[in-house]
Amino acid sequence: MTEDGCLVGEFFFSGNEACTEGAISAGCRFFGGYPITPSTEIAERMSERLPEVGGAFIQMEDEIASMAAILGASWGGVKAMTATSGPGFSLMMENIGLGLMTETPCVVVNMQRAGPSTGLPTLTGQGDMMQARWGSHGCYGIIALSPDSPQELFDLTVKAFNLSETYRLPVLVMSEAAVGHMYEKVVIPPPGEIEVVHRRKPTVPPEKYLPFKPDADLVPPMANAGEGYHFHVTGLTHDERGYPASSVEVQDKLVRRLVDKVYKNADKIIEVEEDRVDDAEVVVCAYGISARVSRIAIEHARDMGIRAGLLRLITVWPFPEARVRDIARQVKAFIVPEINYGQIALEVERCAGGAARTILVPHMGGGVHNPETILDVIRQAVR
Amino acid sequence: MKAMTGPKEHPLDIYLRAERLPHIWCPGCGIGIILNSFFRGLMESKLDLDKVVMVSGIGCTGRAAGYVNLDSFHTTHGRAIPFATGMKLANPELKVVVFSGDGDLFAIGGNHFIHAARRNIDMTVICVNNFNYGMTGGQLGSTTPLGARTTTSRTGSIEQPMNIPYLAAASGAVYVARWTAAHVGKLERTITEALLKKGFSLVEVISPCPTYYGRMNKQAAGLEQMRYYRDNSVIKHGIDPKHAAIEYQGEIIVGKFVDIERPYLPYPQDREWQINLR
Repeated sequence: MTEDGCLVGEFFFSGNEACTEGAISAGCRFFGGYPITPSTEIAERMSERLPEVGGAFIQMEDEIASMAAILGASWGGVKAMTATSGPGFSLMMENIGLGLMTETPCVVVNMQRAGPSTGLPTLTGQGDMMQARWGSHGCYGIIALSPDSPQELFDLTVKAFNLSETYRLPVLVMSEAAVGHMYEKVVIPPPGEIEVVHRRKPTVPPEKYLPFKPDADLVPPMANAGEGYHFHVTGLTHDERGYPASSVEVQDKLVRRLVDKVYKNADKIIEVEEDRVDDAEVVVCAYGISARVSRIAIEHARDMGIRAGLLRLITVWPFPEARVRDIARQVKAFIVPEINYGQIALEVERCAGGAARTILVPHMGGGVHNPETILDVIRQAVR
Repeated sequence: MKAMTGPKEHPLDIYLRAERLPHIWCPGCGIGIILNSFFRGLMESKLDLDKVVMVSGIGCTGRAAGYVNLDSFHTTHGRAIPFATGMKLANPELKVVVFSGDGDLFAIGGNHFIHAARRNIDMTVICVNNFNYGMTGGQLGSTTPLGARTTTSRTGSIEQPMNIPYLAAASGAVYVARWTAAHVGKLERTITEALLKKGFSLVEVISPCPTYYGRMNKQAAGLEQMRYYRDNSVIKHGIDPKHAAIEYQGEIIVGKFVDIERPYLPYPQDREWQINLR
């Protein structure tokens, strides 16, 4: 452990434990949450770890309050996070919208379980991927990451904080029970080797500060409460001063920027992993635990002489549209195994645009695909 | 309105974002009077204005945050208190004031209120209670007196209203007071006390809404509602707030009901027992 309480070294961690340590290493010093399977271990570990590093933990009365609390904490000048699962994620949608509208950096971890409603609380699912994109009302850009291992839950939680501080928005870590409860080796590098980003501060005196005037990257510098700027923040449509403005023009300017700051920086945000895509005739596009299962199917397909490859979405939102379009020109088909009845498959199909077929391999949740199911679809696709 | 922007400065100008005036509130509304008392109470408290934050929810009173020259946050409906809780725990240096309406704080936000009072979070909540939802056109609220007419209770409310001070005291608030918009001086002194009180303080202020509640209940002018407050308010300091329920067109019991000490959050850094925790 370092002097400031961060862990360093090799550990045998569950995904939830790795996620907690990723947050601590990224500088998270506030957690507001509500117990829910399968994410509870994050709250439990946070309640022990945050006091050790000078941070604050609070168990709120529900997920609505949890989300509100992390927004307040972030404006209080502290990196903040919450963790939940489907039912809680639904309750958070209201204040995720407030976080997007007020451009509040924070991280929301969703350890997905099978839904709808209470569904299968202890069993895995990937049914919230479109909710992550569109779940709060109105138009906005969003960033969502999908880790496939405890190691990546550490890495991507750090990355989520960095993206949230860079682009000033709630960043979603869309993991799932199968990864959160998986135990594997997790390597935590020394602090100097972990990139940690902090919010860009205003460079002008308070009387000249326009809290929602963006820099060239479409992101406004951020003052924290208590620093003497006396700024206003509202969920209403607002101008660069942060004042409410009930006009079509201001709405156009603001909402366009909220979407564009993600889309126009997409190249810097998006991360995918590719395995043998270059010569592939069929590409499995998968994320999270489904990508791990797909690897087995792809190995078998290669053994059979089928040129199969993997496109693993590490960033799910913004969707890697350009890369999927490129690959569509060279392959016969995309195969999309996901633990829902077709969410990301719709995006793949949209971007493939008729150049390649998109074949959904759905799973209704509660378990992961059998690799042979995916292999069968690969074989049919190249027939 | 030239007279209002003349060269002579008003002593409360420093608390207002003058460029945002005129405000949206109706003629006869009590929120401006209460905000004035808040500014005076704040001035008297001598708190560092750079460290005072106002958090509001949604509704007529929720708009107050937009007019005050402090760091101010206009949040989602009912969620001002949990937002303020996160901010206070993240930065205990801040004095966090939640300024919002009865519908926001006690209907949609009722659960958050209970839990912040229970935890005794060090914040001040000022609730402007106008007995109805003004912003949306005067609907029944959780504070509408039994028998009062609103746009969703045309023949009179059939629901028992919430007794706000009683709920606050039962939930664990360490400071609970109630005044009306007709008690500006007393309200001002109460606000100073509440701001300086360590722990969760609640100030309820009964306020005229002539546009909706008043018009529906034979008090169509703000002045008529103010007269009703003057003639029917009874000061009973220290009374058990269980006896402070408000009845339709009845007397309004006002005063300071609760002023006690108990451990609060966030814990002061120098507390002895906190050292014992380590």
